[in-house]
Amino acid sequence: MAKRIDVTNLNSYYGNFRAVADVSLTIEPKSVTSFIGPSGCGKSTVLRSLNRMHEVIPGAYVTGSVELDGEDIYGSGVDPVNVRRTIGMVFQRPNPFPTMSIRENVLAGIKLDSKRHSKIELEEIVERSLTGANLWKEVKDRLDRPGAGLSGGQQQRLCIARAIAVEPDVLLMDEPCSALDPISTIAIEDLIHQLKDEFTIVIVTHNMQQAARVSQTTAFFNLEATGEPGKLIEINPTTQIFSAPREKSTEDYISGRFG
Amino acid sequence: MSQQAPIRESSISGSSVRRGDQIFRGITVGSGVIILLVMGAIAAFLLWKALPSFSNNSANFLTEKVWFPDQNPPKFGIAALAFGTVVAALFAMLIAVPVGIGTSLFISFYAPRRLAGAMAFLIDLLAAVPSIIFGLWGLQVLMPHMGGIAKWLSDYLGVIPIFKNDQELYTKSLFIAGVVLAIMVLPTISAISREVFKQVPRSHLEASLALGATRWEMIRMAVLPFGRAGVISAAMLGLGRALGETIAVAVILSALFDVNIHITEPGGNTFAANIALKWNEAGPNGLSALIASGLVLFIITLSVNAVARSIIARRKEFTE
Amino acid sequence: MSQTLKGDTLPKWAPIASLAIAIGVAIALANTTAVAGTAGTSVLAVLIFIAIQTLWSFAVEGRRHAVDRVATTLIYATFVAAAAPLLSLLFEVFTRGIKVFNLAFLSHSMRNVSPLKPGGGVLHALIGTMQQVGVATLIAVPIGILTALYLVEHARGGRLSKAISFFVDVMTGIPSIVAGLFIYTAWILTLGFDRSGMAAALSLAILMLPVVVRTTEEMLKLVPNDLREASLALGIPKWKTTIRVVLPTAIGGIITGVMLAVARVAGETAPLLLTTFLSQSINNNPFAGPQAAVPTFVWDQLSSSTPASLDRAWAGALTLILLVMFFYGAAKLIARYYAPKA
Repeated sequence: MAKRIDVTNLNSYYGNFRAVADVSLTIEPKSVTSFIGPSGCGKSTVLRSLNRMHEVIPGAYVTGSVELDGEDIYGSGVDPVNVRRTIGMVFQRPNPFPTMSIRENVLAGIKLDSKRHSKIELEEIVERSLTGANLWKEVKDRLDRPGAGLSGGQQQRLCIARAIAVEPDVLLMDEPCSALDPISTIAIEDLIHQLKDEFTIVIVTHNMQQAARVSQTTAFFNLEATGEPGKLIEINPTTQIFSAPREKSTEDYISGRFG
Repeated sequence: MSQQAPIRESSISGSSVRRGDQIFRGITVGSGVIILLVMGAIAAFLLWKALPSFSNNSANFLTEKVWFPDQNPPKFGIAALAFGTVVAALFAMLIAVPVGIGTSLFISFYAPRRLAGAMAFLIDLLAAVPSIIFGLWGLQVLMPHMGGIAKWLSDYLGVIPIFKNDQELYTKSLFIAGVVLAIMVLPTISAISREVFKQVPRSHLEASLALGATRWEMIRMAVLPFGRAGVISAAMLGLGRALGETIAVAVILSALFDVNIHITEPGGNTFAANIALKWNEAGPNGLSALIASGLVLFIITLSVNAVARSIIARRKEFTE
Repeated sequence: MSQTLKGDTLPKWAPIASLAIAIGVAIALANTTAVAGTAGTSVLAVLIFIAIQTLWSFAVEGRRHAVDRVATTLIYATFVAAAAPLLSLLFEVFTRGIKVFNLAFLSHSMRNVSPLKPGGGVLHALIGTMQQVGVATLIAVPIGILTALYLVEHARGGRLSKAISFFVDVMTGIPSIVAGLFIYTAWILTLGFDRSGMAAALSLAILMLPVVVRTTEEMLKLVPNDLREASLALGIPKWKTTIRVVLPTAIGGIITGVMLAVARVAGETAPLLLTTFLSQSINNNPFAGPQAAVPTFVWDQLSSSTPASLDRAWAGALTLILLVMFFYGAAKLIARYYAPKA
């Protein structure tokens, strides 16, 4: 299940523009790693490079390697479709499919499977995933209602349920709480705590308190000037980053002097 | 407000609506009302001038296949016209809807970004070509090429009655008219579908890709369900155009009055083409009869368009 | 779940190889069986290509990728199928039309020219088209712009504005022959006027009107509300604000829309056949007697169907395409001229 990610000399480009330069880091399994840094520092780009979602933007590509338990996801013969099934993703804004019911949303990824599932199996997956996303109790009586009818926080948990339904090894979260109110945010953070027992989790966040609350490891990204590529400044245990950062710029950032 | 407050002259008093504004508003409302009046007048005048032919028709207007409005007693009906119109238009939709949707999917999701704009322009250019040129091209260029296909269809798929060709003549048929109509309505369908696909939120596309969908699975999961209503109304608008197209069809068909299920054989006629072809040889009652058939066409296209527009309007309320 | 990220994939050259085989087989079949013609062979080649690639992909990559490849192939094929007729049409119009398309063609009418003989030209039709489209524009543009002003600036979502908006949309779908029928019944039968360029112009105006309303409406909606409010806050009455501030801001887009509407109706044939019919001579007066037009000229020459008249039909088609392209080009230029300078 939960797997480890080794990033080596990752550079991410949008056409000619290099957005991220020479990132190397390791993400431990069964833990939460958070990416923090000012806007435009490339943290989301790095995240999207971890499951090959970066390249769906026209003209975007990466160099370097990203190894999942030793296997390079950019290696030759690797199918990006397989990569994305193994490394799930939750987006900034909740994005359940508007034309699908809650049940269909959870099963959206499963339905792509080559193998057929029995009705009972599917019901089990729905219940297990929604329970895993702390949403089962709230929606179990209205699984056939549209997913878009839920509140923002519930929609985001529905998206998490959709992502974990296909049993990925890694879960990437791109500012999953930035569009949510404080109460929904707490619900998601509680959920992240539980999920780390099963998955490797990487979360991009703007909110430093959130990084401190949910993650064991924190990576700080920064850029020297606009137009320059973003760089990894340091990656260390969260407690260390927030108490005794190694780099001066990390300290400036977390103490609110810029960003 | 005290009721006894004396009326005082001040710089802000004055009529609450300025005269100039009133006049200007009146003019613009008037223009808008002209549009309603024109629509009403079209229906009224067509009906009024069609009535004489209704009253002296010795045959059933809806079921009679022949068209002899100027003989005595007049004998004419729209059965053959309705058949030809519907068959040619539906056949055109059978081709144009899948091709139109495919083209817009291609431009929206498959074509390289830099070329997509040029390709969209190319398809839109089709809409700018006048119908008479489609007719000319259809008759002189396309028709000689269609014989082989029609013969092949008859030889190998002749068990399906519509493809059977007993006359061994393959020109001037509803089949060819349908193909030309398909080409003509394609840009309508393609442009509206493209508009709809453009509105699919990027986040839904990414959500499906992040679940490990292939490009086609992304289209099935996120694009087509989202765009269904819009694509349906695009098809309806295309159908409206196909039903009412005149000149291209008039050029291609040999305008026989028959109901012939074998669509690759010469023959067939449509409301619009029949009006254009018969207009200048028609006597007084003939004109009235043609106007009656035009009224039917007006009602049909009006309903098709109204349904299409209301689907679009309903969808707008949904997404906003 | 999946133990490995690697999926077996087809080599990069697989589509090209499949296509090559498919074309080869298709040509071989075309030579030995009943399949005939370029169209038949191409369709066959596409089908064989899909079959080869799908089976190959299914065997190596699995069902999902095979389906994806079929979909991709079909979607590419639809685009080719859509673009091919247009390219053929443009090619044929230019190559066949250029034969008799020259200065003499543009400067002569068909007066006293036998359909059987070469010679004659399109001048009378060009004059007719210009006059008819010009009169139609003069009628449709003021009404169209004022209606759009009502819908955007004055309507408050009431029943009248909803009705107008709805019928403008429906009006775009009126078959052009119905517009011709209406003018014939109202203008010629009821009011007793003769067939004339004017009657044709009226029917073209009906076809132009909804296009002008819609494009003007779109353009007016793009005018920022701040501009209106700034003007009203200066104490300028609403109608002057509309004329001095709103309209000038949107005028580039409105003119573009008008040109597109002009291009559309300049190619209309059907309503002209009913309202002005044909003429072989120059008629400089749109208010009296039949008048020719370029689309009806093509129709007439095509109906005569002699070699000489067919040449003229194609040259007329070329004239018409160039005319329409001229209006489109003008629309683009105007749009660029008025575009906000970045």
